[in-house]
Amino acid sequence: MKTFLTRRLLQSLVVLLGVSFVVFFILFLTGDPALVLLPPEATAADIEQFRERMGFNDPFLVQYGRFLAGALRGNFGESIRHGEPAFHLVVERMPATFQLAGAALAIALCLAIPAGIVSAVRRNSILDYVSTVVALLGQSMPTFWLGIMLILLFSVQLQWLPSSGRGDFRHLVLPAITLGLFTTARITRLTRSGMLEVLGQDYIRTARAKGVSDPPVVWKHALKNAAIPIVTIVGIELGTLLGGSVITETIFAWPGVGRLSVQAIYNRDYPVVQAAVFLLATTFVLVNVVVDVLYTYLDPRIRLR
Amino acid sequence: MSTTARALTLPEELRPGRREWAVFVRRLGRRRTALFGAVVVALVVITAVAAPWVSPFDPLEQSIGERLKAPGWRDQAGRAHPLGTDHLGRDILARIIFGARPALLVGFAAVMISGVLGMIAGLLAGYFGGRVDDVLMRLADIQLAFPFILLAIAVIGVLGPSLTTIICVIGVSSWVVYARIVRGAALSLREREFVQAAQALGGGDGRILVRHILPNVFTPWLVVATLDMARVIVIESALSFLGLGVQPPAATWGGMLADGRVYISTAWWLATFPGLAILVTVLGINLFGDGLRDTLDPRLKI
Repeated sequence: MKTFLTRRLLQSLVVLLGVSFVVFFILFLTGDPALVLLPPEATAADIEQFRERMGFNDPFLVQYGRFLAGALRGNFGESIRHGEPAFHLVVERMPATFQLAGAALAIALCLAIPAGIVSAVRRNSILDYVSTVVALLGQSMPTFWLGIMLILLFSVQLQWLPSSGRGDFRHLVLPAITLGLFTTARITRLTRSGMLEVLGQDYIRTARAKGVSDPPVVWKHALKNAAIPIVTIVGIELGTLLGGSVITETIFAWPGVGRLSVQAIYNRDYPVVQAAVFLLATTFVLVNVVVDVLYTYLDPRIRLR
Repeated sequence: MSTTARALTLPEELRPGRREWAVFVRRLGRRRTALFGAVVVALVVITAVAAPWVSPFDPLEQSIGERLKAPGWRDQAGRAHPLGTDHLGRDILARIIFGARPALLVGFAAVMISGVLGMIAGLLAGYFGGRVDDVLMRLADIQLAFPFILLAIAVIGVLGPSLTTIICVIGVSSWVVYARIVRGAALSLREREFVQAAQALGGGDGRILVRHILPNVFTPWLVVATLDMARVIVIESALSFLGLGVQPPAATWGGMLADGRVYISTAWWLATFPGLAILVTVLGINLFGDGLRDTLDPRLKI
């Protein structure tokens, strides 16, 4: 168990090192970071002076070392637009993004797991049919279109819910549904297929043969075993949710990291973009370490590896 | 000489490859949802290819006097605009028809790039194992750690939006699903008798990979590719929606949605129909992909 954890943490460090390199490299995609950071109308003299000041004339690896040392201390440079440290701007918006992603995940789990179980237990019933069709539609629907349609219905036509901003609970409803739908669809399908597979196993038949009634078989024997792939997908889906927040936040003017980074890209404010990408990726990696630890409790076989 | 050659040639319909193919098509055809998906995809592809002939109007022709007309509106010449017109008086149906082109083009090209990259990575990781496997799978972890759309828009923001940039960015950063599936399959194939026999006969690694392993991992690869195309089409439209896709005035479904969002309280049809186009296309691909998976290998977990 201890070696498993140590190895897992070391792997995460390697991954984060790779992440930092990619984030650093974004500026070098055009070959010259000065051209990326400066407005297009900058003169050649401006560019040269800026290059000297930012240290872009140093060897590539030296620059990366400097970036990494800064990133580790939470220093990504100052926002070009706001004049504040980019790290602070991003961290400030983190709670809003986490709130949205958390609400979306909560909706997804509360809807998807019961729906998936019912579908599997009452296979080929009307309920199974409805939940399968809804899940299929949910998986095929672009988030941003769903968001716009929800605004059209609930904000424009019915005027029940606000269409933008962050405030009380009512502001959270539409963005959370929008962001959560895809994840709901995926977890529903996964729960259904996982439960179907487990329900066909010998130990379930044994439990039934011994006279265990239906509810305990489903909830105790089957769900525990079907939970393993669900926990994995939750970890992965968190990445989808953090990434999806970019679009959802833009549609609903939700003041989170996603909207901040889209604006930063439009403003060519790359220190903010780098800080945002790096922090979201770090969050994702850390959550997946937690998921892996949870895993070892659900599936003791992993501990032996 | 010539008689033996003729004797060895099986009649067309008895060749194993051909028969398997026919059996497969028949089995796939029995799944009604998959068949429906295939029909939808075929219709979208035909529409995209034949856009200039099936489109009732020029998708770029503006007419300020005819702006924001509701679906079914007829102009003075009596020509109907079945889905209405947008804020510049352009016919929405025509723009949806032409919008299928960038969607399918990006979908297909990006899937090809990521599919080939992932196939190579998966084959190498699964077949050689050890150090190669470790390095490639760490790379996969790094790739997966990024919120995909954020990385894509950051890179496109730097490089500037264009069709090529979008295809490359999506293509290069979507290889992991393929690599994981191919790796898993290659890992178990490596231990199979026919591969070991080929090794014992002195077959080189390259030959074994291409002749013996690749044909056997192609099935799961194809399923992943089909389902991933649905994802790529959604991403392409999301990028266009954010203004980082194919640039206006060219018609894209995402771009139309972005325009329509502004007029959401006065002209609902602007945003509704392009979204439906995306939904129907992606649904068709998903249904077809699900059917493909269930027919080819029901145990495949994708």
